[in-house]
Amino acid sequence: MANMIERHRHILDFTLAALLRRKGKNGGLVLVYTLIIFVLASVLFFTEAIKREATLVLHESPEIIVQRTQAGRYQTIPASWCEEIGRINGVTSVQPRLWGYHYDRTRRANYTFMVPAQAPPQPGHVDLGSGVARVLGADIGDTIAFAGHDGVPRAYTVGTLLESESQLLTADVVLISERDYRDFSGIPAGQATDLVLQVRNPREYATVVEKITGMHHDARPILRSEIQRTYDAVFGWRSGLMIVIYSGAALAFLILSWDKATGLSAEERTEIGILKAVGWDTSDILLMKFWEGAVISLTAFLAGTIFAYIHVFFTSSALFAPVLKGWSTLYPSFRLMPVLDLRQGAALFFLTVVPYTVTTIVPSWRAATIDPDRVMR
Amino acid sequence: MAPRRSTIFLGTAAGLVLGLGGMILHTRAQERASQQALARNAALVKRLQVTDLCLCTEAGYTRHPSMTDFATPFQDAPMSLEHFPTGAVIQPPPHVVARHGKHD
Repeated sequence: MANMIERHRHILDFTLAALLRRKGKNGGLVLVYTLIIFVLASVLFFTEAIKREATLVLHESPEIIVQRTQAGRYQTIPASWCEEIGRINGVTSVQPRLWGYHYDRTRRANYTFMVPAQAPPQPGHVDLGSGVARVLGADIGDTIAFAGHDGVPRAYTVGTLLESESQLLTADVVLISERDYRDFSGIPAGQATDLVLQVRNPREYATVVEKITGMHHDARPILRSEIQRTYDAVFGWRSGLMIVIYSGAALAFLILSWDKATGLSAEERTEIGILKAVGWDTSDILLMKFWEGAVISLTAFLAGTIFAYIHVFFTSSALFAPVLKGWSTLYPSFRLMPVLDLRQGAALFFLTVVPYTVTTIVPSWRAATIDPDRVMR
Repeated sequence: MAPRRSTIFLGTAAGLVLGLGGMILHTRAQERASQQALARNAALVKRLQVTDLCLCTEAGYTRHPSMTDFATPFQDAPMSLEHFPTGAVIQPPPHVVARHGKHD
């Protein structure tokens, strides 16, 4: 056993010395390889953490939401629908929901105005999400103004600031009373943005939805399960962005592996020839090449994964932030709860380390089985 | 005497593996520490009847992807293309795709 370990260590010593002779080439290789793993692992960590966060907090989102469309566009929904829908068996409550967007031209920011179902602010007061407060430079007790639907500014006193730990939900939210929101948005009494339903038995959701669309062909129901699945789909590996990133990284990795698999450099062939001439077995050469592949790919895998973890969970995905910000001036600053999915980590390992190590060994095996004299020539 | 190259490499690799172990410990600790904050956020979702995460704020259809539809990104004018960068990141979820055109 000790002999075998010592043999491996000698071959590893020799391999490292050989790699260090071509510092520039191999250093560049490790750098690019680490970068590819870093990008792939960052995407993996980020998307898993977002999906997990969505699952954990959105399980309390409304059970069924009913919207109304006309000519393919949203319309406000008559509050009179509440009574009809409330008569459907199994529906325990129907509440109108008031919410909408407001674009602040001065600060070029979009706000989401909401009338909360429970504990709304007093008329004349608003509660601000931390992102809105930051953009407006507002604090509790300050007076702020928003231009209403008629262009006339309305002044409100800031009641409270929503906790910054909820930024991933409320960074752009302005909570307002129903009376103030109707005055601000121009939505008349008797109309709502959409309806929120509670149903006694979740197994009745499908029947309730069917009955609603039977009653009103222009109704568009959305289930809680669909809300929860939204983020699985948006950040799933089949979504457009993920495919672009994965295919880019896969292509770069393919080039790396192809370069290795298509053959050895003249210098490497000569080296193998000399080693065989001085008495190395083919198995020794293959072991050396295995260690060469393992040193490069293992270092890149471990370093790339650790850097990706630091990037996503310690720097709030600083490199992805510009993608999510787009042109917006208001954006949340959030720390995601770390998630480590060992299956995906193992998949990343087997899809990167194993193929690279194999592509290092195969051409060397071909060179090592030829006569040393021919290889050196 | 300088250490063997294999010793340096194996030491570095062991350090990196320890780093991976540290990641796992950090994840476990953060999971425990975040439980209360997650519960508070879930309660907030219930109180405000929130439907989406606030990831992108530049366009309504990327701010509330679960509430949007197919037409919204292209509604500025007939034949207009959606132009917000986050439109490339936040794609319509399956229920929006499946029901497109059913309730127009």
